[in-house]
Amino acid sequence: MTSLDMPWTLQLVVAAFLLVGALVALIGSWGLAKLPDFYTRLHGPTKASTLGVGCTLIGSLLYFSHQQDGVSVQEALVTIFLFATAPVSAHMMGKAALRRRLGSVAGSQNPPER
Amino acid sequence: MIAVVIPIAMTLFAVAALLNLYRLAIGPDIVDRILALDTLMINSIALIVLADLKMGLGVLFELALLIALMGFVSTVAMSKYLLRGDVIE
Repeated sequence: MTSLDMPWTLQLVVAAFLLVGALVALIGSWGLAKLPDFYTRLHGPTKASTLGVGCTLIGSLLYFSHQQDGVSVQEALVTIFLFATAPVSAHMMGKAALRRRLGSVAGSQNPPER
Repeated sequence: MIAVVIPIAMTLFAVAALLNLYRLAIGPDIVDRILALDTLMINSIALIVLADLKMGLGVLFELALLIALMGFVSTVAMSKYLLRGDVIE
């Protein structure tokens, strides 16, 4: 890896994007492992992991746009695809969970009908 | 600076993947396992992108796009099967 010819400000921005993305994705997966019922577990990874992977892909976009000629559009394509499809898959999983009448934690508003 | 940050980020994503595997193992219902597999797909995309950055290739994005596509289609297919008892009606 040859990042010696990059200006240090760009290196700082890329490193910050990579680190923040990894931390946010870790928080989302921690929420998936820790939270009590399915409807709260759905909340963690669908927001946090998408944002974390989006930050990682933006850092990679900045890096490769500097290393290679022209703007690297493949990362932008993956980012747009993830941001477009994550709500759809989360919606489908939520509908499947409601159809299976999964239980929710006590005290939640509008619980699924038994 | 980037060469220092990339192994740290890969470690954090590996811990996230282990947490997803934990939820995949203990998940009480099958929808939890679908959610864990979907999150595992998304984290593996980030791991592929970070490996590409570490090797300095810039050619693994087709792989990332393919895995994103397969993860989305498989998640929607499994949810649709649980929802309606059939994938394509």
